[in-house]
Amino acid sequence: MTDYTNQRVFDHDDDGVVVVIGSGAGGGTLANGLARQGIKVVLLEAGGLHTRTDFHTDEWRAYEQLSWLDPRTTSGSWRVAQDFPNLPAWICKTVGGSTSHWSACSLRIQPHEFEARTRYGAIEGTTLLDWPIGYDDLAPYYDRAERRLNVTRTNDIPGLPGNNNFKVMYAGARKLGYECNTGRMAINSRQADGRDPCQQRGFCFQGCRSGAKWSTLNTEIPEALATGNCEMRTRAHVAEITHDASGKVTGVSYFDGNAELRHQKARVVAVAGNSIETPRLLLNSASTLFPDGLANGSGHVGKHYMRHMTGSVYAAFEQPVHMYRGTVMAGIIPDESRHDDSRGFAGGYEMETIALGLPLAAAFLNPGAWGRDFTRMIDQYDHLAAMWLVGEDMPRDTNRVTLNQEVRDQHGLPVANVHYDDHDNDVAMRNHAYRQGSDVYRAAGAVDVYEVPPYPSTHNLGTCRMSEKPEDGVCNGFGQTHEVNNLFIADGSQFTTSAAENPTLTIIAMAMRQAEHIGEQMKSRTI
Amino acid sequence: MTTPSLSRRVFLKASGGTLVGTLAYTNGAIAMLAPERSWAVITEQFDDHQARTLLVFTRHLLPHDKLEDAVYALVVKDLDRQAADPEMRQQLTHGIATLDRQSNGEWLSLDEGARQDQVEAIVGSPFFKTVHGSAIVALYNNPLAFAHFGYGGGVDDSGYLHRGFDDIAWLPEPPNAASGTLPADSTSA
Ligand SMILES: Cc1cc2nc3c(=O)[nH]c(=O)nc-3n(C[C@H](O)[C@H](O)[C@H](O)COP(=O)(O)OP(=O)(O)OC[C@H]3O[C@@H](n4cnc5c(N)ncnc54)[C@H](O)[C@@H]3O)c2cc1C
Ligand code: SF4
Repeated sequence: MTDYTNQRVFDHDDDGVVVVIGSGAGGGTLANGLARQGIKVVLLEAGGLHTRTDFHTDEWRAYEQLSWLDPRTTSGSWRVAQDFPNLPAWICKTVGGSTSHWSACSLRIQPHEFEARTRYGAIEGTTLLDWPIGYDDLAPYYDRAERRLNVTRTNDIPGLPGNNNFKVMYAGARKLGYECNTGRMAINSRQADGRDPCQQRGFCFQGCRSGAKWSTLNTEIPEALATGNCEMRTRAHVAEITHDASGKVTGVSYFDGNAELRHQKARVVAVAGNSIETPRLLLNSASTLFPDGLANGSGHVGKHYMRHMTGSVYAAFEQPVHMYRGTVMAGIIPDESRHDDSRGFAGGYEMETIALGLPLAAAFLNPGAWGRDFTRMIDQYDHLAAMWLVGEDMPRDTNRVTLNQEVRDQHGLPVANVHYDDHDNDVAMRNHAYRQGSDVYRAAGAVDVYEVPPYPSTHNLGTCRMSEKPEDGVCNGFGQTHEVNNLFIADGSQFTTSAAENPTLTIIAMAMRQAEHIGEQMKSRTI
Repeated sequence: MTTPSLSRRVFLKASGGTLVGTLAYTNGAIAMLAPERSWAVITEQFDDHQARTLLVFTRHLLPHDKLEDAVYALVVKDLDRQAADPEMRQQLTHGIATLDRQSNGEWLSLDEGARQDQVEAIVGSPFFKTVHGSAIVALYNNPLAFAHFGYGGGVDDSGYLHRGFDDIAWLPEPPNAASGTLPADSTSA
């Protein structure tokens, strides 16, 4: 059994610790990276501890167990605001964060995508910017991350066997001349790391009871605790980051499991609450010294919110498919991820299989719909194959996370409002992707094809973006905020642009790199 | 004066109802799961008429011709549970009364086309949204629906690795380079 007991606890007045907020992809990886260097870490997680054996295969129960259900609001012309006004994002509040939900598709961002502004040119209505780091800066950390996660099809690790949903995608892809394989997945195709191979259960979104799927819950957190340098506090909801008169961060105030406000002192604070909570926390930490929010002198905190161009294509076949059996992300077509503006848009997208069980399919296939158009699709449930379309969306300063002062959470804190309008580029890309995805399934013999609207955001990015110049963003290429040198951003909020790929491998690689950087700066006493 | 407990029982009886039915498809996936053909669902907040109206209304919202009433009755059961909250009860019973009033009698006694017209007339009303929102969850999140629509659900921790995760035979087999092989240490059941 994996051990989650704290080997050591730290005093609330210990100002030598690094406080890491959030235990997901960014925070869990960073905490372990620091603890393994002998650095003292207090890991604060708003959610509770749910381990493998607690996970459910009832989709709604799992949803209630793992999801972030504290209130949020939405605005803007994106369809999610209409279908799910209080659920802009489908992400987690639990130890392990959204890595307990994720389907584990682990891709590197392509070199040209780090230079989006240079390569795509100026696009009206966007705030495109090149990253302050390039592919080569991250390459060694991508190598480490792939080894750490046992990513299939890297380091001679075999691919996962393809399920039925993959077979359908593959058949259509080949007819169109597309590449297609079972992808690079942080799911064990072989016993590794003390974890079993994938049982093709099909509940990757619900936590993975077998532990075949990598998550910070399965790996980084127990390892960090075992070093004796990391203390994890669960049900610890950080309300504010505190600072001294010089503008240095001094610690955090958080509500513990009994809703009591506590303060933990810190030498360094790193925020990894996912791209909605991270800016919310900085904005909620406004003070006389930082009237617009902590580290927000440039005004970029919360802006440039990206959520990827998404959508899905579902297709019905004469013969049964049973898409729910086996891995959710079981196949990928990478051909459209290139940048080629002859298609009528900048950037690219991936096509990846997706599968929902009957309960979630009913909720997400056509939200709000009723009558025969809707039920016809459900009648075909066991004959459906499906793919998710995920591509680069454009950063815009009007797409942003702000505080909604009218709506408060259980602690009385203003909640996040998420505003998003699709850019014409996003719409053009989505239409192209719908067309190509539909063609794939028609080529495989589909009798009906359905274009399904975006789900609540699973990829949330860009709200504290990294930039070369302090006036263009919130943090530098290491995630260190331009304004406060002992405050770091350690999650997808750092992304300068969204790139076409699923973001998590990059979040993990950046957290590994950041852990080294923080270690060096602490040693040299620059922080 | 009756005793409080008696009056409470009388009240419950007076306001409660029962939905009864018989399975229509004796060879269907649901019949295989059901111990017998006849079924009954008891409601505490709705009388027979209200319960029946909600069932038929749900059939109009989410029409699956071959899906048993017994599964739709689970939606009524769920609404009944929610109607323990007085505000919710008020909204639902009010919605039913409105349907009847619009129908100059009982909405249930109209023919199917006329009933459908009345449903379309209240799209987007709080009553419509409540029933739809509950039905989209309750109708599809139960073992009867799983069996009917062909969803295997959770089986057990051994998963679908040896239960047909790749059993499609109507398409060519992808090459190993694109797919992958089964984990070496697992044996076929
Ligand atoms: C259904 C689904 C499928 C996905 N599939 C993939 C995939 O195949 N590939 C991929 O690359 N990505 C995938 N993702 C995205 C991936 O999960 C995220 O990119 C990643 O987990 C983000 O990491 P993070 O550290 O930013 O945040 P998270 O992993 O979400 O962790 C944030 C944590 O911070 C905690 N927190 C927030 N605020 C506070 C606070 N104030 N105080 C204390 N704690 C706080 C939260 O409770 C949470 O546990 C998927 C996501 C979902 C939801
Ligand atoms: S399909 Fe594999 S990775 Fe997904 S939940 Fe099942 S065992 Fe875990």
